[in-house]
Amino acid sequence: MNKENFLWDAAKVGLLGGAIGVFLCLIGMVEIFSKRDVVEGVITLGQFVLFATSVSAGLIAARRTSDVLGQTQPSQRLTAGLVAGLLTDLLVTLLVLVGNQTNVRAVFLNASPALYSLLTFGQGLSGVWILPVIGAVTGLIGAAFLLLPESIRRPVSRGVLFLIFMALFSNLFRVVLINQGAVWGVIAKRLFGQTGLTLLGAILFFIIVAGYNAFWAMRGSNIRSRLNQLPKNRQVGLRVGLYVLIALIALGLPQVSGPFIAQVIVIISLYILMGLGLNITLGFAGLLDLGFVAFYAIGAYTVGLLTSYGPFGLQHIPFWVAVPIAVLVAMLFGAFLGLPVLGVRGDYLAIATLGFGEIIRLLAGSDFLAPFFGGPQGVIGIQKPCFGTLSAFLSVDTPRACNGLELNTPQDIYYLAVVSALLIAFIAWRLRESRLGRAWMAIREDEDVAEALGVNLVQTKLLAYMLGAAFAGLGGAIFTVLIGSIFASSMQLLVSINVVALIIVGGMGSIPGVVVGAIALIGLPELLREVSEFRYLIYGLILIVMMQAKPEGLWPSQSAKRELHHADAENVTAETMV
Amino acid sequence: MRTSFTERFVDLAVSGFLWGFRILMVLVIVLGTFFTVRAGKYTGEQWIDFVVFGISQGAIYAMIALGYTMVYGILRMINFAHGDIFMTGAFAGYFAAVWLNSIGFVNRNPVLGLIIPILAAMIFSAAIAMLVEKVAYRPLRTAPRLVPLIAAIGASFFIEYSFRGFFGPGKYAYPPIKVLEGDWVIFGVNILKVQVVVAIAAFIMMAMLYSIVKYTKVGKAMRAVSENKDTAALMGIDVNRIIVSTFAIGAAMAGAAGVLYALVYRQIDWFMGFTPGVKAFTAAVLGGIGNIPGAMVGGMVLGIFESVGPSLFLEGLGITRAYQLKDVIAYTMLVMILLFRPQGILGEQLSKQKA
Repeated sequence: MNKENFLWDAAKVGLLGGAIGVFLCLIGMVEIFSKRDVVEGVITLGQFVLFATSVSAGLIAARRTSDVLGQTQPSQRLTAGLVAGLLTDLLVTLLVLVGNQTNVRAVFLNASPALYSLLTFGQGLSGVWILPVIGAVTGLIGAAFLLLPESIRRPVSRGVLFLIFMALFSNLFRVVLINQGAVWGVIAKRLFGQTGLTLLGAILFFIIVAGYNAFWAMRGSNIRSRLNQLPKNRQVGLRVGLYVLIALIALGLPQVSGPFIAQVIVIISLYILMGLGLNITLGFAGLLDLGFVAFYAIGAYTVGLLTSYGPFGLQHIPFWVAVPIAVLVAMLFGAFLGLPVLGVRGDYLAIATLGFGEIIRLLAGSDFLAPFFGGPQGVIGIQKPCFGTLSAFLSVDTPRACNGLELNTPQDIYYLAVVSALLIAFIAWRLRESRLGRAWMAIREDEDVAEALGVNLVQTKLLAYMLGAAFAGLGGAIFTVLIGSIFASSMQLLVSINVVALIIVGGMGSIPGVVVGAIALIGLPELLREVSEFRYLIYGLILIVMMQAKPEGLWPSQSAKRELHHADAENVTAETMV
Repeated sequence: MRTSFTERFVDLAVSGFLWGFRILMVLVIVLGTFFTVRAGKYTGEQWIDFVVFGISQGAIYAMIALGYTMVYGILRMINFAHGDIFMTGAFAGYFAAVWLNSIGFVNRNPVLGLIIPILAAMIFSAAIAMLVEKVAYRPLRTAPRLVPLIAAIGASFFIEYSFRGFFGPGKYAYPPIKVLEGDWVIFGVNILKVQVVVAIAAFIMMAMLYSIVKYTKVGKAMRAVSENKDTAALMGIDVNRIIVSTFAIGAAMAGAAGVLYALVYRQIDWFMGFTPGVKAFTAAVLGGIGNIPGAMVGGMVLGIFESVGPSLFLEGLGITRAYQLKDVIAYTMLVMILLFRPQGILGEQLSKQKA
């Protein structure tokens, strides 16, 4: 009886895993990922995704046996893993068999012969047995992994994760290293292939990280306590040394890495700026703004119109004068949009601001306002920032010469963006610790109580909107000079959602969280071209999973951590009482 | 209580600003209408065309709005993914219609050829919505209010981009239905057949939904749960089951609306749910969120305003290509309603906690 029970449970896990596998195939992920390798000639990324599904199915099924049976024998766990893994890949194989009989492609575009050939490993129908066998083996591996002691499991899983990470960025590392000269180039070609790691590189990276983790697990606490025993000034010295090292890397990075990575970092910095801005309105004051892109657009358009030498340029003033004006204009708009929605709370506020954001985008792109904002053609010919004197404005469409240092390439803009992000992060940090910051947080926790305690709601909320808008406006200003033009169509709602998502993932109200969120949600997809196709799919999944598993974010602020865990504790007591 | 000068100044500025905003809107509407009517660019028949289009469009909005309103009434949660549920319905209806067309069924039996895709869409959308509820929303029932909203945004992305993966980024042309081509002459005015059929179908389905909520046991339970979950549970109502059926019924309406939308616009794609979704939410707020007749009224008002508005209010003010600003009218209405009458046209007075 019991035995049947646990097998049935494993089968359910396997069927779920199979459904996920079929889903991955049908959205085209397996096929597109198959163009990339994890280890060249050994395993492609597409195969890895499929195998990871069956390994996970095996692992989960093995873990659940103890829920069903109470006490389990290793053999029962292994059987459960085997069943789950086998069923996962049987279901995927079923897709091939069905696809051979009927034309699945009439509905699902990705159910192509190329996919079937991938799933049968190029053997045609005679190869349908391969995948289920692999499924059973990988399921078994997943279950066996669970039986290993923790001290082995952790280094192995970290090693595999790092290996995947390196494989994803393999081509990037390769190109960057080859540019550094002959010696580096030779090393790079040994370790990194064009589509993934070489076998040597894979083994090397795995051993390094797994070994490091194993070593740290054994000796880590020892080293940490020795560090703590050092005299105070030595500790400070070590920390300063670390910061100097980071600063040096940050300074040199764009010169070493080339324009592509510099541009990605600029974009990350822009999102950090916007994220810090929204972090004030949403993270500190608890006002959800889904139209944040409006302020970004206002900053961008102000700088564009003030500095452009194109047909829509109004003033032809230098970038450095235009930026403070743009920030001020964005602040004014923050107040302007903030005023009417002051009395609106919660979800209604989110939708009202979403409406505002869309209104701004539609107006900027409409023919009605095209004489001012260029409509769908946008504002072009934006003067790059120049340290020094600009030559006089001569005629439309002739850039003005810069007598001095001009920030032209993405590598130059990189410094501008990173310095701005650092400056704004500092301001945001000081704001949070100020009286105003505490007032914001009081409003976030409970408006009525805050008001009763003497917080002026109108002023405090307006300041939150204005300062948030100012930060986003600065982001827009820098974005403009990076791209050199502005189009209303780039001011999509998606930008607002991106910003909200990065704050949530990083941790609401947490300044380091914004940085982590921007790197994870903006930087990684920018770097990974294959993944970018599925960027928003993964996004959506991350938002759903995060809200359930870790609603306080990856790098939470102290108060959020306390609050959410407190809420958990409350729920638990409520449930036990029932 | 003594208030400082700056506080009084800010309060004054706020109320002055809001009044200025109201006056501006009234001026735009009154002056725009005046100049447009004086210019006489459109004939009476064209105005009727606008209104009829607005009604069929509004009926579709109303059907989607019902789902927002019902879920909000029960869970106080904006189901951001509802617009995408509408999109999934359109796709299910599309594949059903293509299949029926390919076996020649539509020409033999046009009425069933219309009803079967709608049924397919309703079932499919309801299934997706139930899945989303179970996976994404149910674990968050007791979480702070922002948390389910974010999860709903995530669900919306997930559905959109899954469908983009399944069916590609391109547009699909909905198969033409011969019977619905051309127009009827009603009271001496030519009206497109599609629009009449769509409006009638929408009204029938809304009437069905209304009677479900009003007269059946499930409907009664839904109303009880939306009043007070705990009390309803004490009265022996399975709250979980009622929440799931609310999602399912709302999604079925949205799925059917997806097919009707496809009939009017003749093409569907993976991103088609976003704008109608936001507008249907506007309609729900317009009519008073949580209020079922309100959603229907709100949808119709929004549809008609949106269809008549650009020509009536904006062209008179000398705005070129005013139809581009159709969505601006909808969003402005949304913001105005939220500002000045958050309880909506038919809405109860929302307490601050509810809003």
